[in-house]
Amino acid sequence: MEIFDLTIHELHDKLKAKEVSSVEATRAMLDRIEAVDGQVNAYITVTPEQALVEAEAADRRIAAGDIAPLTGIPMGLKDIFITKGIRTTCGSRILENFVPPYDGTAVAKLKEQGAVIVGKLNQDEFAMGSSNESSYFGPVKNPWNLECTPGGSSGGSAAAIAARTATATLGTDTGGSIRQPASHCSCVGVKPTYGRVSRYGVIAYASSLDQVGPLTRDVTDAALLLGAVAGYDPKDSTSVNTPVPDYLAGLKSGGKGLKIGLPKQYFIEGLDPDVKRAMDEAIALYKSLGAELREVSLPHTEYAVATYYLIATAEASSNLARYDGVRFGHRADEIRGLKEMYAKTRAEGFGSEVKRRIMLGTYALSSGYYDAYYVKAQKVRTLIMQDFLNAFNEVDVLLTPIAPTPPFKIGEKLADPLQMYLSDIFTIPVNLAGTCGISIPAGFSAAGLPIGLQLIGKPFGEATILSTAYAFEQETQWHLKKAPL
Amino acid sequence: MLGALCVHAFALDGATMKYQVVIGLEVHTQLTTNTKIFCGCSTKFGSEPNSQTCPVCLGFPGALPVLNRQVVEYAIRAGLATNCSITQRNVFARKNYFYPDLPKGYQISQFDLPICQHGHLDIEVEGETKRIGITRIHMEEDAGKLVHADISEVGDDSCVDLNRACTPLLEIVSEPDMRSPDEAIAYLKKLHQIVMYLGICDGNLEEGSFRCDANVSLMPVGSTVFGTRAELKNINSFKFIKQAIEYEIERQAEILDDGGKVIQETRLFDPNTGTTRSMRGKEEAHDYRYFPDPDLVPVLIADQWIEDVRAELPELPEAKRARYVAELGLPEYDAEVLASSRELAQYYEETVALFPQAKIVSNWVMGEVARALNDDNNRSITDCPVTPALLADLLKLMEKGTISGKIAKTVFDEMYKTGKAPEKIVEEKGLVQVSDTGAIEAMVDEVLNNNPGQVEQYRGGKETVFGFFVGQVMRASKGKANPAVVNELLLKKLKA
Repeated sequence: MEIFDLTIHELHDKLKAKEVSSVEATRAMLDRIEAVDGQVNAYITVTPEQALVEAEAADRRIAAGDIAPLTGIPMGLKDIFITKGIRTTCGSRILENFVPPYDGTAVAKLKEQGAVIVGKLNQDEFAMGSSNESSYFGPVKNPWNLECTPGGSSGGSAAAIAARTATATLGTDTGGSIRQPASHCSCVGVKPTYGRVSRYGVIAYASSLDQVGPLTRDVTDAALLLGAVAGYDPKDSTSVNTPVPDYLAGLKSGGKGLKIGLPKQYFIEGLDPDVKRAMDEAIALYKSLGAELREVSLPHTEYAVATYYLIATAEASSNLARYDGVRFGHRADEIRGLKEMYAKTRAEGFGSEVKRRIMLGTYALSSGYYDAYYVKAQKVRTLIMQDFLNAFNEVDVLLTPIAPTPPFKIGEKLADPLQMYLSDIFTIPVNLAGTCGISIPAGFSAAGLPIGLQLIGKPFGEATILSTAYAFEQETQWHLKKAPL
Repeated sequence: MLGALCVHAFALDGATMKYQVVIGLEVHTQLTTNTKIFCGCSTKFGSEPNSQTCPVCLGFPGALPVLNRQVVEYAIRAGLATNCSITQRNVFARKNYFYPDLPKGYQISQFDLPICQHGHLDIEVEGETKRIGITRIHMEEDAGKLVHADISEVGDDSCVDLNRACTPLLEIVSEPDMRSPDEAIAYLKKLHQIVMYLGICDGNLEEGSFRCDANVSLMPVGSTVFGTRAELKNINSFKFIKQAIEYEIERQAEILDDGGKVIQETRLFDPNTGTTRSMRGKEEAHDYRYFPDPDLVPVLIADQWIEDVRAELPELPEAKRARYVAELGLPEYDAEVLASSRELAQYYEETVALFPQAKIVSNWVMGEVARALNDDNNRSITDCPVTPALLADLLKLMEKGTISGKIAKTVFDEMYKTGKAPEKIVEEKGLVQVSDTGAIEAMVDEVLNNNPGQVEQYRGGKETVFGFFVGQVMRASKGKANPAVVNELLLKKLKA
């Protein structure tokens, strides 16, 4: 087994036992990136010099007997995370050469533990997309089939796990952007409860929906990495001040006696047969483990996508106003006057998906339409939230598919944005409800493409979904399969 | 063409008015918190451009605002002092528009749920008391400022200074209740006095800490339907505000007289010409697309917090003035002047506490103290070299008869210059009052002997000459003779 194949906890054991050094692990990872990333395009920026300096520091720390779970582990970050001194593009031309002057909270927490950042990962521009085709830096290819998309918007983060060019990565999930690519790339991805992880230093797409989470090779790593970044942050007033449980210690408690809900609105006609089969097998497995499965109803599910696209675009239209060419990032050349500077800078800097969403959001917030669209969407959002709370009065977790289909081909849905938006139909409600969900590998299609399974938990029920996922992982081999790369 | 004189005459001559003036005011007060409203940067005025900034107030990607609790407290103070109800669930909204001095592309403000609502202030104009409604007070962040430089270094470019971006403001919006420029100024001065009393604003108009937009419209006398208004922006002195409103009344009256229509627009006041000119019309009005800021959770204000703030409110000028009249027996005029500023009132009260003769202290504070400070480049009462304790000591010396009132003024000037204790000055300069009857009698005799003509006049019934004798004796004593003794002896001798 190569060093780059190892999980966080496996590599940690070897670092601790001094069987391998962080410098060796980091070099191995950088070599692997060099060897395969040309095919995958998961990285926008690779930082070999800085990574090796950090690895040396980690090795000194380990030598001194001071090793935290992430010390010396080579990691990649979605390029939405602000990193001091490392260019941060958010997948956009408008930030092509932007080098931030500060670190965000999640990044600072990783650095405190001595994690090694090997680079910044490709993503849909400003996290807008479900296929990673809207990045200014080109599409990411799915390591399981280079003709397919890895999903989006954290497609680079998921693909790097599958291509084994990062031990673990952080992504963000606004409408499924961690879980859906995790599913498409056969890795584990967690969307924590809104407020569980600080958003300080994460470039905002839709502030009330965005949440930071881990993408990893297995559930143990997910528990570990989530524990490392979770917690109250005084710099983010939406972060919640409740204690962070020891997710790792709680992993083995899942499965037996658990009440699992199957939302009937998620198991509809038209679900891809391969996905349907994987779900049936998962349900059977949980039954065999002693879980109680029952049907529940989330009656407002059909409105989720429309609601999401009103709220997310409204917030995005405002969040993206700061990219105006005044203080940082791209500014158009040969401009005459202020209005032209704004118009030309933004016309050149943003791609078409971003422009489409800014226009949608601007329209939804404009006077005369605000009540009909934005306010109405907020009301529906409350109903969707209530659906989940009602369901959780009956069951401990919900089991659903992640996506209606296995990964699709690059370019297949580009011409039809509405079709593309529907690919997040099973993940979006969790963001609207503000609760937590996890995606875990649950099988492969006939064509050999990954299929993920979603477990949805109560607000701050991360420990429960992690232990439920862990029980599944213990009985299956899906997470051990390697992409043919 | 409208001349300044014509405007003046118009405004004064209310009788010729066919129109009723309607004025509403929006006042922006910059709060005296040490740090900005959503980040920890300093709010100090006049620093090197962009030296007081961070990722948050620069609107950098990924940065998030966190509310400064002190701002909420100051807003509650302002609300309680202006008889507002305090909104207990506060939501911040984003006001979206593009401008280079607005880093995020939106201003964080409050929209439909301002922290204070439905208040009022009572003003006095020409002896009449009038109540002016306060619609709302809300918290918001300021923008930065553009520096339009034409120096060679930057060519024609404009520079942006974001030190002021994200400094905390309260916007205080009145009802359109004012009916004359004088009422508007009375309201503004009262508000100005209150925010300074509350210690939440330094009140500096020139630096923009207290700035005012005026909405002015005219309607025919007797009408109840308001006319179309013009908004006069960012005027930075009471005098200019008055001038701007007066000009605007005249301008609109002329339009209406000619059968024209006033257009709704924003106008700028030019202090050089005393006129206003159009800045932008309504057709360019923004659609601000307000919506609740998802980065800030609602601020919940518990009853207890409001009560705690109420308990710590300082006595406000109105209450102070009433108390000075009722408890200290001061005349209305004295009470008004002394209560006009928190610092002056404090100085006065500290002095009275040590020398409990309210009117004498009032005379001195409004007289000698005010004069000395005024002559000294309008120095602030807070750094008056003659402290309340020193002033009280001086007044005690006078009361004991150690020095005369006249000498006291000399001593005061010396105290102001040197900061020395009055006893010391009196001793050093030998200014102790002479009350020794024998010594004074000798001087009286001498004066009477030297001025036989005047003595004759006095005895002949011209009693006004008495003052002449007193003056002569005081002069002979170099001002140190006790005037009471002088009077007594003079009378005795002249009547003899």
